[in-house]
Amino acid sequence: MLFTRQELLTHYETMVKIRKFDLEAKRAREANEILGNVHVYVGEEAIAAGVCANLERKDCIESTHRGHGHTIAKGADINAMMAELYGKATGCCHGKGGSQHIADFSVGMLGANGIVGGGYGPAVGAALAARILKTGAISVVFFGDGAANRGTFHEAANIAAAYRLPVIFVCENNTWACATPSEVGHTQSVTEISRRAIGYDMASCVVNGNDFFAVYEGMKKLAERARGGEGNRCGILECQTWRPLGHVIGDTQPYRDAREAWARMCADDCIENYERRCIAEGWLEKKDFEEIQDRVEKMIRDAKQFAVDSPYPDASELTTDLYD
Amino acid sequence: MRKLSFSMATCEAMAEEMALDDKIFVMGEDLARQGGIFGQFKGLPEKFPGRVIDTPISETFIIGGGVGAALAGARPVVDMHFADFIGVCMDEIFNQMAKVRYMFGGQAKVPLVLRAPDGMTIQGAAQHSQAVEAWFCHIPGIQVVAPSNPEDAKAVLKAAIRSDNPVIYFENKILYKETAMVPEIADEVPYTIGKAKVRREGKDVTIVSYSIGMKNALGAAERLAKEGIEAEVIDLISLSPWDKEAVLTSVKKTHRLCIAHEAVKQGGFGAEIAATVAEEAIEYLDAPILRYGAPFCPIPFAPTLEKMVRVFPEDLVKGIKGMFE
Repeated sequence: MLFTRQELLTHYETMVKIRKFDLEAKRAREANEILGNVHVYVGEEAIAAGVCANLERKDCIESTHRGHGHTIAKGADINAMMAELYGKATGCCHGKGGSQHIADFSVGMLGANGIVGGGYGPAVGAALAARILKTGAISVVFFGDGAANRGTFHEAANIAAAYRLPVIFVCENNTWACATPSEVGHTQSVTEISRRAIGYDMASCVVNGNDFFAVYEGMKKLAERARGGEGNRCGILECQTWRPLGHVIGDTQPYRDAREAWARMCADDCIENYERRCIAEGWLEKKDFEEIQDRVEKMIRDAKQFAVDSPYPDASELTTDLYD
Repeated sequence: MRKLSFSMATCEAMAEEMALDDKIFVMGEDLARQGGIFGQFKGLPEKFPGRVIDTPISETFIIGGGVGAALAGARPVVDMHFADFIGVCMDEIFNQMAKVRYMFGGQAKVPLVLRAPDGMTIQGAAQHSQAVEAWFCHIPGIQVVAPSNPEDAKAVLKAAIRSDNPVIYFENKILYKETAMVPEIADEVPYTIGKAKVRREGKDVTIVSYSIGMKNALGAAERLAKEGIEAEVIDLISLSPWDKEAVLTSVKKTHRLCIAHEAVKQGGFGAEIAATVAEEAIEYLDAPILRYGAPFCPIPFAPTLEKMVRVFPEDLVKGIKGMFE
C-alpha cells in the first residue's frame, strides 16, 4: 500500500474539507450573505490534495482566482479563510482580500490571484529566492487551461527551465476558460497543455485529475526531480478534469447545459472515486468516510459561525498594510 | 568625497548595500555580461557572483519574478533597460507589486526596487525617450523616486534598497554621465523617501522640479537672479510620497509657483502639485501657477521637432518674469 491508514484518512479529509467549504461558500454567496467574486473548486479537489500532499510547509504555491482548494490543501486555517470570504477582521487577509485574494503565507500559500496567469512569474521568482537564500524549497504554480494562453506562461516557463529552477507548473485542465471552451481550432491548436513542455526541455506528466492517486503519483515524480535533480528541474503536471459549476457563483452558464455539466462531475467525482478505490482495495471502510464527513461538516459550520460572529475591520485599517 | 558620475554613484550604492545584505540580488536584461546599457551595474557581477542575473527579454517575468522573490524573503533589485518598456509588465507592477501586501492583509512585504532609466535621449523618438513617472504616482502601494544628481542618486538608491516598500527608481538617461562630488557614506542612508530638498533659497518665486528638470529650474533661477528675481528651487526627489509641506511652506513665503518637468504636461505630476497648492494655499498666490511640460504628443524623431517638446530654462525665465508684470 502506498499510504498508511492515517495518510489515507488525511487526504480524504483534505478533499472533503475543500468540497464542503466551497459548497458552503456557494450557498452563502447565492444567499448574498457574502458578496464579491467567488470561484469554487468543487470537482477539482483531488488536484490540490494530490499536489500539496507532496509539498512541505516551506515550499511555496501560487494560486489562481479559484484558490480556496489550494489554500486548504496547503494547510491554512479554515476559520480564517471563511472569515476572509465574509470580509472580516479575523480573516487571513484581515478582510482586505476576499475570496479572490485569499492567502496564507504562514503555510507557504503565496496568494490567489485575480489576474489570470498572474502567478507564474511570482512562483518562479520564489524558486529563485529559495536558491539565493538556500532554503531548499520548491515552487508550484496552479493554472488553468485558459491561463495557459497568457504570455506570462512562456516567460516564466522559459526562465524556470533556463535557470534550472525547481518549479512545477500544475495545469488544472478543466476545459473551460470562463465561458469559452478550450477547443482545437477555437482558442488553441493543442489542448494537451503538457505537450508544451518539450519546447522548454521540461519534464511533463498527464494524469486523470479526478483520481487523487494518479495526481499524487505524477506530482511525486516531478517533485522528487525538482528537489534533487540535476539539470532541468522544472516540469508540467497536467491534471485533466472538469468544471461542473459556472466560472463564478452567479454564472448562469448560458454557454452550456448546466445540468449536464453537473451530471458529468457526478459520474466521475474525485471524492467518490477515492472512496471506491479505498473500499475496493480494503484500505478503508464506509464508516471511516462517514466519520470524516460528519467531522468536517461541523468544522465548516463552526468556521461559518466564526466568520459571522467576527467584526468587520476597523475604519483605522483602511490604509494599514500599505507602506512602512 | 570623490567625483563620481551618476551612473557610478548608483553602482556604488548597489555594491555597498549588496555587501551588507546577502538577500539582495539584481536581475534584468544585459546586466551580468554588459554591466547594464548605461554602465549602471558595472563591476557588480565580479563582486557578487550569482547575485547579478541576466534575464532573457521577459519583462513580465522581471517584475513578476521580482515580486515572487520578495514575497519569498529575498530583496530584489530589477532593471527595466528603458522605462519605455514598462508597459510590457504593467500588470505585474500595478496589480502584483503594488497590491499584494495590501490585499493579503500585510502578510508579506515587497522589498523590491525597480530601476527604470527614463527621459529623452538625443533622437530616441517615440518609444525610447519617455518620462512616465506620473503614471505610477496614481497607484497606491508603490513609491516613486527620481533623483537629479550623483549624490542623491546614491543616497536615494540606498534608501530604496533598504525600504520594505516597492520603489520605482527613475534614473534619467542624460544624467548618467553627470559628475559631481559624492560622499563616502558606507552603511549610512542619508535620505528618507518622501523628502524634498531646497536647492536654492529665494523669496520671490518657488520653482518645483525633479530629475533632469532640475537643470531648467536651477538654470532659470541663476538667470533670474541677474535680473533681481530671487527664486527658491525645490527638488522633489520623491514623487510618491511627495513633500507637500516643503512646497506649501515655500509658496507661502514667495507667493508665486512655477512647476517644470520633462514629461507631458497634461496629467503630468505638475498637475498634482498645482492642484494641491490651489486647494491648500491659493490665498497666498499673487499670480497664476505656471506649469511647464512637453506638449501633448509622442516624442518625435526629427531634431527640429524634438526640440519643440523640450522645456528650456528660457521658457521658465520668460514665464516667471511675466508673473511680476
